Amino acid sequence: MSTVESALVDPPVTGGDRPRRGKVLRRLVRAPLALTGLTVLTVAILAALLAPVVAPYPAAQTNFDATFSPPGTPGFLLGTDSLGRDILSRILYGTRASLTVGVLSVLLGLAVGVPLGLAAGYFRALDAVISRLTDLVLAFPFLILAVGLAAIRGASLSNAALAIGIAQVPGIIRVTRSETLRLKGLDYVSAAVAEGASDPWIMGRHILPNAVSVLIVQATVAIPAAILGEAVLSFLGLGIQPPAPSLGTMLSEAQQYIARAPWTAIIPGVAIIVITLAFNLFGDGLRDALDPKGSRR
Amino acid sequence: MSARAHDLTELRDEVRPGEPLLQVRDLSVRFRTEEGPLSAVDDVSFDAHAGELLAVVGESGCGKSVTAMALTGLLPGSATVTGSVLLAGEELVGADKTTLRRVRGREIAYIFQEPMTSLNPVFTVGRQISEVLRVHEGMSKKEALHRSGELLDLVGIPSARERLKQYPHQLSGGMRQRVMIAMSVACNPRVLVADEPTTALDVTVQAGILDVLRDLRDRLGAAVVLITHDLGVVADVADRVMVMYAGRVVERGEVHEFFAHPRHQYSVGLLGAVPAARVHGKRQRLREIPGLVPVLAEQPDACTFADRCPAADEQCRTSRPPLERAPQSAHEAACWHPATDASRAAAASPEEVQS
Repeated sequence: MSTVESALVDPPVTGGDRPRRGKVLRRLVRAPLALTGLTVLTVAILAALLAPVVAPYPAAQTNFDATFSPPGTPGFLLGTDSLGRDILSRILYGTRASLTVGVLSVLLGLAVGVPLGLAAGYFRALDAVISRLTDLVLAFPFLILAVGLAAIRGASLSNAALAIGIAQVPGIIRVTRSETLRLKGLDYVSAAVAEGASDPWIMGRHILPNAVSVLIVQATVAIPAAILGEAVLSFLGLGIQPPAPSLGTMLSEAQQYIARAPWTAIIPGVAIIVITLAFNLFGDGLRDALDPKGSRR
Repeated sequence: MSARAHDLTELRDEVRPGEPLLQVRDLSVRFRTEEGPLSAVDDVSFDAHAGELLAVVGESGCGKSVTAMALTGLLPGSATVTGSVLLAGEELVGADKTTLRRVRGREIAYIFQEPMTSLNPVFTVGRQISEVLRVHEGMSKKEALHRSGELLDLVGIPSARERLKQYPHQLSGGMRQRVMIAMSVACNPRVLVADEPTTALDVTVQAGILDVLRDLRDRLGAAVVLITHDLGVVADVADRVMVMYAGRVVERGEVHEFFAHPRHQYSVGLLGAVPAARVHGKRQRLREIPGLVPVLAEQPDACTFADRCPAADEQCRTSRPPLERAPQSAHEAACWHPATDASRAAAASPEEVQS
């Protein structure tokens, strides 16, 4: 009976393949918007990484013979700014700075937020304390925090990342906490308790790995927000300091000349929009691709 | 491995022959709920012997699962557990977290009802089984994986080596339940609590799982506590039966005795609700027990079955029946008016169905 039964009931043995990973990638590639986002991001990340190699000029090199060259001027593809600096080169370096701040701050947010969120969701006694602290940080305006940090530690890329990272923490705590609460109620977690697993083991082995997909999506949403945050801080002079370029400082400097040389403002503005939009599109696509219910549609 | 085997024999020596491995005495569980207190289990006592399969039977809500969870303190904080659970002489009620964690999985293992959701979806089957071994037995990765393969063989999974590399979603429900069983028996537990392990499965798979449980009892000498509401399953595999109703033990005895001479009126009702047309050779209306299991805030000094019982009288409503032995038998029932062979024959006079 057992052989007949096995033949009837068992799916065929196909060895240790991992269809899930391939499926997620396939679904992602099939969604045109997500694919666009992914492509743009890849180009942006490559450009940022390779900025020293591909940029025609050093970012801060001035050229007083060619100030305010419009885009398309030979030698200056995207034109130059008030000091004759090549806008293309500055965009490449600026993207590098913006992405660095975006990624660093979100990593910082995850490093602080995920353990706290896990603890809040898992241990009921800690929940009230952590959740109230979260509310407290949320109630604190992000800009005031950034100004305060800049005042204490000086304005710099790393302090901008720190301020933005702190601002990211509450959101990440909340997402991790709610996901932990959901996973904690699942049968395999109860089963692990009955097997004698310890709390850290259950959190590390059963809850965190299953929360990863949600956290990845949260990160792809948080990075563009952080990039915008960096642009805001740099625009206000609280982030990256001139002459080092960031998309925000370029916008800030261009402000005075916006009537005379609109491209100096439009180009970094468009760069910010394209990068954040690409992250958002990719994040949306990733969320749909990781959603197990998507397969039934 | 060998050290562990040594441990086991040493531990098993603590239990003298004939003495029960697991002794539960006056176990009561009460819950604090938003609607007020709830008495889920009341003064439950039972023994589980090594190499024996004890079936715990009852309707939904009668306290079977709560009793099982209470053994190793798996109930949520809103539960108050009193009484005594002795595992080879060691008290588990009120034991500290470390003791309970050591006992869970290693001494008392559970098999749950939901095979579809009781495995972690992100790890391979092999990894999940071997992690239990690595945590409790301190095995190396390779050793544990090898042993996991053997365990899958033991629970009757074909091509076990390939299965180890698969994820839970690649397995059918019956296969997953077998994997769960393999995980449960990974550390050679002395008591295996199976909480409705076959409810979610179809009948052919169910038969296979029951074979596995029987096999574990015989080969590993485990005390198996099988929680079920399926009397067919009980008749098939159990050595002894304990019937629970509204948190109390109402009848307890050896399996053949129970099916041949049920004594508590509730047991008579339960058995009357089993389709037996083929036995009698004619179509016959199944007897149902009217009403539902009561939800009790307090345990009354009365028989909790009285409101649904055909034989109930004043005594049943004013005084709680003790669990008493039948004359010349170890068969116990908590009933003021235990059924006799004559009364059962009268009650079971077939009402033929007009068809």
